[in-house]
Amino acid sequence: MKQGVYIIKKNAPLTTDVYELVLAGDTSACKAPGQFIDVKLPERFLRRPISVCDWDGESITVLYKLLGGGTELLSALPVGTALDVLTGLGNGYDLSVSGDRPLLVGGGVGIPPLYRLAKELISRGRRPAVLLGFNRKEDMFYVNRFEGLGAKVTVTTADGSFGIPGFVTDGLSAVGTYTYAYACGPTAMLRALDGAVTTSAQYSFEERMGCGFGACVGCTCRTKNGYKRVCKDGPVFRREEVLW
Amino acid sequence: MNTKVTLCGVELDNPIIPASGTFGYGREFAELYDINCLGTFSFKGTTREPRYGNPTPRIAETASGMLNAVGLQNPGVEAVIGAELPYLKTVFHKPVMANVSGFSVEEYTETCALLDKEEQVGWLEVNISCPNVHGGGLSFGADPALAAEVTAAVKAVTKKPVIMKLTPNVTDIVSVAKACADAGADGLSINTLMGMRIGLKTKKPILANTTGGLSGPAVFPVALRMVWQVYEAVDIPIVGMGGVTTPEDVIEMMLAGATAVGVGAANLTDPFASKKLVEGLPAAMGKFGISDLNDIIGGAH
Repeated sequence: MKQGVYIIKKNAPLTTDVYELVLAGDTSACKAPGQFIDVKLPERFLRRPISVCDWDGESITVLYKLLGGGTELLSALPVGTALDVLTGLGNGYDLSVSGDRPLLVGGGVGIPPLYRLAKELISRGRRPAVLLGFNRKEDMFYVNRFEGLGAKVTVTTADGSFGIPGFVTDGLSAVGTYTYAYACGPTAMLRALDGAVTTSAQYSFEERMGCGFGACVGCTCRTKNGYKRVCKDGPVFRREEVLW
Repeated sequence: MNTKVTLCGVELDNPIIPASGTFGYGREFAELYDINCLGTFSFKGTTREPRYGNPTPRIAETASGMLNAVGLQNPGVEAVIGAELPYLKTVFHKPVMANVSGFSVEEYTETCALLDKEEQVGWLEVNISCPNVHGGGLSFGADPALAAEVTAAVKAVTKKPVIMKLTPNVTDIVSVAKACADAGADGLSINTLMGMRIGLKTKKPILANTTGGLSGPAVFPVALRMVWQVYEAVDIPIVGMGGVTTPEDVIEMMLAGATAVGVGAANLTDPFASKKLVEGLPAAMGKFGISDLNDIIGGAH
């Protein structure tokens, strides 16, 4: 983990309520897809944890959804604003177990960490299948970006306005065989998915956090291996240890 | 310039003490900086048995502060002695403050007796104030007679200084402070204020526990007032805490009567907050013409 000052390079909407935020600064603490950053906002006491979508040597990209006062405030910050950010938080996904054809499943604002994951898997010569779930066609984002990486993308929409009608579980039959599953999304989605996947898997969870680095134990969950902090021991947990 | 103070007979290099529940057992922070710069720290509230604590959400934000209802999650005193303290010894070379909670007088004394044998424990901080656990801490700290009973019982099983951590959620904290002092307490500290938030989308309390302890700058003036009142009523040292964020807050707490100063929520919003306070204290002392912190303890009275 590192603490640093980051400058907003881009802060623009991708849909009506999902924004892309690019922060310029030290990216050396970013180690694995699935990690998150914790952003201090002006006039807000607690930091906002946001999963990392991508990074390079100069900047970190995150996507966030307008969910309340804090994210609305963030969306109004102009390019050039300096923010105090903790980077390199959480464990991230373990890519070493993916096999040749991993399946990546994302729901809504759970999709962003899968972008970097797909990128790294492809750079390792893997052939990931990507399954993305949205509520409506208008809510779709990053589908072309995943396709740009060379991944095969399947989309489901809850209202049937694009792709396969229904939830990500309804899209599973369309993705073919897979060697491993990685997922991020609402707990209800992960739970439903867990009832349908046929391989080992890693799921990224979210929880209301205090500190984001393991000190306050505000985000504890029970697992088969005891109590774990979503922020420090997670947010990625193996399917085999999750207690639903 | 002197920042050394003496807390219940034990000298501290400076008065900065990360508060219990915001610093774990030191591990997370020792990965970030050399925690030997601190006066000491108070480790996570420890009970006789392991505890999961409350369901989540355990955290909610407030204006200038936060609510927590962690519910004393901890691995139990045996695991603390067996796993946490041996690790701590490798990264922290000063006496540590052992924070203890319990649900009966016997549990307090059994846990304290075990920690009394640990060389690195410099003080026992006995939490009779945690507002989160049903049927737990609140009742002891809310009643001067029960608070005195716990104090005397713990004093009987340890030679280490005993700091009683009071609850501010009472009508008259001075009467509880006096009862603890009369029962033999060596020092006093004060816990968080009980509060709550309601989510507008769910129209239900945000915290699964409904209520939680309010900390952060929002509580600073209340905490300062209580330190002031308690200082006037007792002759034992006070660890002042509640919303301390800046070196100036530290000085203000000491002027109100604190011998040392706890830092809580600030550690959670800035992992380097306590280190920055230690580093910033001499400059703030210089700014206000203070050469020795001992000169200002209770100086505003």
